[in-house]
Amino acid sequence: MNLTLKIWRQKDSKAKGQMVDYKVTDISEHMSFLEMMDVLNEQLVNSGEEPVAFDHDCREGICGMCSMYINGEAHGPDRGVTTCQLHMRMFNDGDTITIEPFRAAAFPVIKDLVVDRMAFERIQQAGGYISVNTSGNTQDANSIPISKHAADEAMDAATCIGCGACVASCKNSSAMLFVGAKVSQYALLPQGQVEAADRVQNMVAQMDLEGFGNCTNTGACEVECPKGISLENIARMNREYLSATLKG
Amino acid sequence: MSGILNSSIGRKFAMALSAFFLMIFVLQHFAINLLSVLSPDTFNEVSHFMGTFWVIQYVIQPILIIGVIFHFVMGFVLEIKNNKANGVKYAKNNGAANSTWMSRNMIWSGGFILAFLVIHFIDFWIPEINTKYIVGDMSGMHNGEFRYFHELQEKFVPIWRVALYCVGFVFLALHLLHGFDSAFQSVGANNKYTKGLKGFGKAYAIIIPVGFIFIALFHHFNH
Amino acid sequence: MALDSKVPKGPIKDKWTDYKNHIDLVNPANKRHIDVIVVGTGLAGGSAAATLAELGYNVKAFAYQDSPRRAHSIAAQGGINAAKNYQGDGDSTYRLFYDTVKGGDYRSREANVYRLAEVSANIIDQCVAQGVPFARDYGGLLDNRSFGGVLVSRTFYAKGQTGQQLLLGAYSAMNRQIARGKIEMFNRHEMLDVVIVDGKARGIIARNLITGEIERHSAHAVVVGSGGYGNVYFLSTNAMGSNATAAWKIHKKGAYFANPCYTQIHPTCIPRSGDYQSKLTLMSESLRNDGRIWVPKNMEDVMAIREGRKKPTELSEDERDYYLERRYPAFGNLVPRDVASRAAKERCDAGYGVNATGEAVYLDFASAFERYGKEQAKIHNIENPSPAKIKELGQAIVEAKYGNLFQMYEKIIDQNPYETPMMIYPAVHYTMGGVWVDYNLMTTIPGCYCIGEANFSDHGANRLGASALMQGLADGYFVLPYTIGDYLSADIRTGKIPTDSKEFDEAEKEVTERIDFFMNNKGTKSVDYFHKKLGKIMWDKVGMSRNAEGLTEAMAEIKAIRAEFWKDIYIPGTANEMNPELEKAGRVADFLELGELFAKDALMREESCGGHFREESAELDGPQKGEAKRNDEDFAFVAAWEYKGEPGDAVLHKEELEFKDIELKQRSYK
Repeated sequence: MNLTLKIWRQKDSKAKGQMVDYKVTDISEHMSFLEMMDVLNEQLVNSGEEPVAFDHDCREGICGMCSMYINGEAHGPDRGVTTCQLHMRMFNDGDTITIEPFRAAAFPVIKDLVVDRMAFERIQQAGGYISVNTSGNTQDANSIPISKHAADEAMDAATCIGCGACVASCKNSSAMLFVGAKVSQYALLPQGQVEAADRVQNMVAQMDLEGFGNCTNTGACEVECPKGISLENIARMNREYLSATLKG
Repeated sequence: MSGILNSSIGRKFAMALSAFFLMIFVLQHFAINLLSVLSPDTFNEVSHFMGTFWVIQYVIQPILIIGVIFHFVMGFVLEIKNNKANGVKYAKNNGAANSTWMSRNMIWSGGFILAFLVIHFIDFWIPEINTKYIVGDMSGMHNGEFRYFHELQEKFVPIWRVALYCVGFVFLALHLLHGFDSAFQSVGANNKYTKGLKGFGKAYAIIIPVGFIFIALFHHFNH
Repeated sequence: MALDSKVPKGPIKDKWTDYKNHIDLVNPANKRHIDVIVVGTGLAGGSAAATLAELGYNVKAFAYQDSPRRAHSIAAQGGINAAKNYQGDGDSTYRLFYDTVKGGDYRSREANVYRLAEVSANIIDQCVAQGVPFARDYGGLLDNRSFGGVLVSRTFYAKGQTGQQLLLGAYSAMNRQIARGKIEMFNRHEMLDVVIVDGKARGIIARNLITGEIERHSAHAVVVGSGGYGNVYFLSTNAMGSNATAAWKIHKKGAYFANPCYTQIHPTCIPRSGDYQSKLTLMSESLRNDGRIWVPKNMEDVMAIREGRKKPTELSEDERDYYLERRYPAFGNLVPRDVASRAAKERCDAGYGVNATGEAVYLDFASAFERYGKEQAKIHNIENPSPAKIKELGQAIVEAKYGNLFQMYEKIIDQNPYETPMMIYPAVHYTMGGVWVDYNLMTTIPGCYCIGEANFSDHGANRLGASALMQGLADGYFVLPYTIGDYLSADIRTGKIPTDSKEFDEAEKEVTERIDFFMNNKGTKSVDYFHKKLGKIMWDKVGMSRNAEGLTEAMAEIKAIRAEFWKDIYIPGTANEMNPELEKAGRVADFLELGELFAKDALMREESCGGHFREESAELDGPQKGEAKRNDEDFAFVAAWEYKGEPGDAVLHKEELEFKDIELKQRSYK
C-alpha cells in the first residue's frame, strides 16, 4: 500500500518543531508499524536526509520504549498493543497517518518522536520498591503464603511497562494509572505493607511535583494501555493515599 | 486537612465529596419539586418547613452554598492546572476512541450548569432571601395562603424560561453521566459493586434531570 | 598469558562457602571511598548495581535505553530455575548442577555451575522479599512448572512475563539506591571504551546519546553486564539495540573472548514474513509441552499449502510428518532446543517449509484440544460430548495456559491459532559464548568484570530453558558483590581515580576519532545495509549447522564486508545530537569484527556440541546416525581468544575442562 505520513520533526528539545509530510510506497500489510518507519528512514538516509528519530527497542511489546501518537491515539488504533506490535493491516492504501510524539508538559520532546520520560523514573525512585537488602539469608520464599487472588491481582498491576501511553492519552496528562499500578502491586502483597503509607504519599507527592495533571476519571488511559492495566488500580491508590493521609 | 488539597488525589477527593453532597441535594430538591405536581398543599408545607427551619436555613444552606462554590472553583482550578500539564497540543487527537464526550467536557457542562444556576438564583433564591431576611416576612403567606406553589407556577409561564431550564437540565444530565461514577472512583470505590453502581448512576443521571424537565413542562401547561 | 580460572580447592559442594569465608573484604567505612562502574542494567547489571550500592560502594550505572527497566532481560517469558524442591520431586542442588552441565553438553566449568545451582534458591527468596509476584497455587504457596525436558518441576514463573517481573524487582532495588544517592544512573549513555591505567580497568569513555557529548568516568573497577551478541545475525529475538560493543571493547583492550561460536537457536519463534523484517519474536518453548510439530509428508501438499489451495487442517494424519516424534521417539516434541531447531531446519532445507518464505513448520494444538477436552468432559460429567464440545473444553484449558502467546501470534501473523496450526521457525536467541571470566567473574583485565549473558560462564555449549534469568541474577546479587570485594580490598587507599590522565586522553581520542570518521565519511550505504549483509552470511554459513568450507568462506566474506563498510558507510546528521544512525554504526562496526572471530572459533571447533553442530562431526552409523557427535578427547576446553589487531589473527588460549563430579556422556534423545 502507499501512504502519506505526517510526522512531527523537531531538531532538539529547544527547537521549534513542525509537522512534515512524507510518502512511502509498497508497504506490506504484514509489516509492523515500526518496520514501516524503518522503510521511511532507509529512504531518507539514501536520499541524504536525516531519518526520523523514534524510541524503540525490544519490538515485542514488553520494553515500553516505543511511544508514538498515531492518528490521535497512543500506540495507534489497535487495542492491547504497543506501536511495535501495531501492524500495517490496520491501515488502508492511500491513508494519511499522523504521527506525533507523546505529549505532556512532564514529557518534553528530545528529538522528533523521542520524549524524555525521566519523570517516571523519579516517581519510582520516590518509593516504588520494598526496602529489603540483598542477602543470602532472607526468609524462605514460601514462609508467607499469599492468596492466589492477591498474587494474581498484584501481577496484573505489575505488568505495566512504563511506556507513558496513559499520560499521552489523558486529556489532563495525568500519570495516575502508572503510579496506581505500582502502588497497587505492593499494596496487594504482604511484603509491601510495612512501608505502604509512606510509599503512596511519597510517590504521589513526586508525581505532583513532576507536573502531571489531575485525574478526572475519563478512563482513556485504561483503554489505551497496551497492557490493559485497570482503573481499579487508581481507585486503590486513592484509597491508600487517603487513608495514609487522613490517619496522619 | 488543608494540606490534602495540595495533592492531586486530595483535590480529586474534595471534588468528589462536594459532588456527593450536591447529588444528595439535587435528589431532595427533586423530591420536593415533585410534590408540586402530586400535591400542591404538601408542597407548600414542605417548602415552608425548608424555608424556615433553622437547621436548614443556618446550617445546611450555608454548607450547600460553600459546597456549590467550592465545586465550581475547584473545577476551574483543576481545568487550568490540567491544561498546564498538557504542554503542546496534538495536531490530531482522537479522544472519542477512548473516552466519552461527557468525561472530556465536564468543564463545559459544568460551566453551563453554573450559568443556569445564576439564573435560577435570580429567579427563586434571591427573591426568597429578600422576602425572608430583608423584608423580614417569615410567614410564607400571601393573600392568606402559602405563596410557594403559586410563585412556582408563575415562574413557568413564559416559554423562554421553560426552554432555558430544559437546556440547563440536559447539561446536568451530561454532567452527571460522567460525574456520578467518577465521584465514586475518586474516593477509591472501585470493586465488585462498581458495575451495579454504574447502572444506578446512569439511571440517576437521566431520571432526575428528565424529572425536573417534566415538572417544568407540567407547570407550563397546567397553570 | 596462561589462563587461571582461580577455582578454589576442595570438594565441589564446599568450594563457594569456603571461598567466601576466606576472601578479603572491604570494611564498611572504606567502601564509600570506592567507585564501581556497571555497564548495562539488565538482570545481571541491575542486580549487581543495586547490591554493590547496598553494600556501600559508589556505583555509576550505564544504560543505553531511557530506563534500566527496558533492558532486554525484560522480554524473557518462561521462568527461572531454582533448586527449591518445593514440589518434593527429588530436586536438589546437585540435580540442577547436573542438568545444567549435561544440558550445556559438558562444555561449562563445573565449579561455576555448582555455585549457580547453590545460590539459585536464594534468588527466589530474594525476589519474593522484593515483591515479585510469582505465580501461586490456591494454598498461597509458590507454583512451579517443568521446562525444557528436565525431570523435575523447578521453574518459577510470573505468567508469561517472568523476565519482566524479575527485572522490575532488580530495577526497584536500584531505584531505592538511586534515591539514596548510592547509584548515579546514566540513562541514554553508551560505553564506547574501557580505560586501563597501570594494567587495571579504571574507567570508561561513554557517549551521552542525547547530546552526543563524550564523557569520562573513572572507578576502581568496571563491571560489564551488557548482554549477548545475537544481533550479529541481524535478525534475532534480541532487542534492536542489543549490542556487543562494551564486551568487544574490553576484548580489544585485553579481555579474552571465549567460545564465540556457541549460539542458541530457539525453535519456537514466529517465522519471518519478508525482507523488511527487523526482528524475530519468540514464543515460550513451554508451547512444545502441548503442541505437536509437523510438516506435510508429500511435496504436492507443501506446494498446495504455500499457494493457498489447501489448508493444513485438511491434511489427514497419514499425510503429516511429525518429524520430531519420528526421529526421537523417547523425547518427541520435547527434545532440547538445539535438536528441535536443527530438525526444523533440516525439513525446511529439504523443501518442506510451509509458508511463502519456505521457512516455517507447524506447531499443532489440535490433539491437545482433544486430550484436554475429553479430560474436562469427564471431570464435568458430560456424557457423549460432541467433538465440537470437546474442542471447546480443550481450547479453554489451552487458553488458560498459553492465552497470551496465542494472542500475540494472532496479532503478528493474523491467523487464529485455535483454528489453524501455528507456524514456527528457529531464530537466534541467546549467546552462550562471551567474555572469558575466572571464578571471580573477572576478565583477563584486572579490575574488569563481566557478568550475565555477556560472559561465557555457566551454560557451556547450550543453555537450558529458564537458566538465563537464574544466571544473570546469581551473578549480580550473589556472586560478584562478594568476589569484587577481594579485588577492591587492595584499593582502599587509592583514592579517586583522576580522569585527566594520559590514559583517559588516549581512550577519548580513539573514541572521538572513530566518531569523526563516521561523520566525515561521505559514503553511499546505510548501516542497515551492512548489518543485513553480515547477518545473511552468519545465518547461512555460521548458523545452525556449519562446515569447514562455509566457515572459511564466511571469514573471508565478513572481512570483505568490513572493508566495504569502512569505505562506503554514510551517516546523516551530526555527532553532537541524538543520532541513532551513528549509534548503530558503532555497534555494527564491532559486530563486523566479532562475526569473523565467531566464524574462526567455529572453524577451530571440529566437533558438534550443544548449539554448535559441525556437519563433519556426526555419528556415522548405529541408532544415533546423523546426530551430533561430540569429541571430548580433543575439544573439552574453553576456547578463549586474545585480540591481536585483526579478528582473524586472534590467538587461542585453552582452558581445559575437568569433570570430577559428573561423568561425560553423549546426549541421546532417541
